[in-house]
Amino acid sequence: MDIISFICSPGVLCQVLVGLSRTVILFIVASGLSLILGVLRIPNIAHGSLYMIGAFMAFTVSKVFGGGITGYWMAVLLAPIIVAALSFIAERAIFCRLYEREHIMLFLLTFAFALIFGDLVKLVWGAEYRTVSMPRFFQGSIPIFGLPFPIYNFFLLIMGPLVAIVLWLIVNKTKMGKISRAAAVDREMVGAVGINVSLVFATVFVIGCYLAGLGGALVAPIVNVTLGMDHTLIIEAFLIVIMGGLGNIWGALLGALIFGLTQSLGILIWPQFGIIFPYAAVIVVLSFRPTGLLRSTW
Amino acid sequence: MGARKSIVALVIVLAILAIAPLGLPRFYTYLIALIVTTGLLSTSLNFVLGFGGIYQFHHAVFYGAGAYGAAIMIAKLGYSGWLGFVAGPLVAAALSFIIGLICVRLSKLYFGMLQISLGSLVWAIVYRWYGFTGGDDGIHGIPMPELVGSPLGAYYFALIVGGLSLLVMHRILNSPFGSTLQGIRDNAVRSQAVGVNVRRHQLAAIVIAGFFGGVAGVLFVVVDNSVFPDMMFWTLSLEITIMALLGGWLTFLGPMLGAAVIVCLRTFVSGFTDYWTLILGILLVLVILFLPEGLLGYVLEAWKRRTSESAEG
Repeated sequence: MDIISFICSPGVLCQVLVGLSRTVILFIVASGLSLILGVLRIPNIAHGSLYMIGAFMAFTVSKVFGGGITGYWMAVLLAPIIVAALSFIAERAIFCRLYEREHIMLFLLTFAFALIFGDLVKLVWGAEYRTVSMPRFFQGSIPIFGLPFPIYNFFLLIMGPLVAIVLWLIVNKTKMGKISRAAAVDREMVGAVGINVSLVFATVFVIGCYLAGLGGALVAPIVNVTLGMDHTLIIEAFLIVIMGGLGNIWGALLGALIFGLTQSLGILIWPQFGIIFPYAAVIVVLSFRPTGLLRSTW
Repeated sequence: MGARKSIVALVIVLAILAIAPLGLPRFYTYLIALIVTTGLLSTSLNFVLGFGGIYQFHHAVFYGAGAYGAAIMIAKLGYSGWLGFVAGPLVAAALSFIIGLICVRLSKLYFGMLQISLGSLVWAIVYRWYGFTGGDDGIHGIPMPELVGSPLGAYYFALIVGGLSLLVMHRILNSPFGSTLQGIRDNAVRSQAVGVNVRRHQLAAIVIAGFFGGVAGVLFVVVDNSVFPDMMFWTLSLEITIMALLGGWLTFLGPMLGAAVIVCLRTFVSGFTDYWTLILGILLVLVILFLPEGLLGYVLEAWKRRTSESAEG
């Protein structure tokens, strides 16, 4: 009885809602990672760096457009596109030459890019942290369960399912998506029927990286944008993708939900070591389903 | 290169290193000790990565476990230094057994991603547990037994223990167990078919590698008298993977060579610029593109080609 009344108390419910909006960011970033994993089979360590670049870009773009609501929307629109362009250059210049090689080489290559991007961010934006001001439109809060719930978190809660649906439509309803799913299963066969597989891979890679940038741009107003924000995020995204099943978009959503909820409740229960709970969830999930909750594309 | 030749080469290098402190300033003996420590860590990683074909993406966590195991035994629990030095690698081996047990059922990249995540959990616990591990400050000024208390003593200790560890790992790789391990790397399905218990061999390899990673951690404690959480951060794991790749991960001594190159580069480049990781990243891209066999692998390949040509001519 105690536990139930604890879970139903307004403070906890509010914490859950805040945790859910963090889940949205995690989902957006992890779905990009999962997309790349599913088709290209690269665990892209640089994904976290692209997220960080997205956040720093959001800062710069919003400053260029004079802050406020215009600045914010331009940031959400442009920052991920810039990140996608950057990843396109990297893919065409280097990655596309190495698809035939062992996966560990590609993995290490993404680490090389994480190192390079990390220092480039330091070079361009410096080592101090930045803040993106919240536009007035998103300031304030709505009372839920008698407690104030920030409007921006509400906005994030709408964005999450939106991104999931758009992504699902792209993967399942467009020709591009169908080809990429086929290429994930049998690359050579897709190439043999006259499709430019390399270009398909590039597109998937760029879409995945766009999502990393989008996550960064969306998170920018609620956190300090700082060097090193990539390091923790990439590990969390890895966990989410493993838990959900590699390459499965809905798996990423489910994984992000479990991760976000166990984390936000864990911090309530045991503030110092709340971080243990999501990991415990992963271990439990994997001991019953070693390849993740939903069907992996591998 | 035959097994005997590499042992001879190893003994010669060790002999040179043994007399090196006579003519070198103290800073360089510290640097060499650091290279031996990092090289041992990278070699122990390569034991599973290069020879076992297991995607050990978070090996540094065992390095940290060894170092913290020793440091906590000595500084927090007040045991003697020597007992701490034995405890460190055992802690690392136990941790590698637990993490290995959870991960070993999964295939290649899945394995690596889960290991990097679980290792990060260990890092997070160490990072936050102020009372026991010193949190993000780590533990400094760990008291050492008299014999290894001086820089020279620490240097010789690192050299002897590092050399012995390399010899033991080399022996294991040339034992039937080592052959089986390399057989699994080359064709796991066939190994399974001829009756090898693949998972058990892989788990054993992970524990052995974790143990020697822990030995490297203890050497760091002896050389530097301190531990800090960055020792088990995942970026270090990938850095030592770069060392193994740079030196040549299909060779036994390649990782040691790679460690020497990167530790020296870092020491000297950091004096000029803050952007060391940028340089490391570019170096890694170049190695992947142009030198996938690594330095030692390239040299051995060239040497083999020359001898076979002269044998024909």
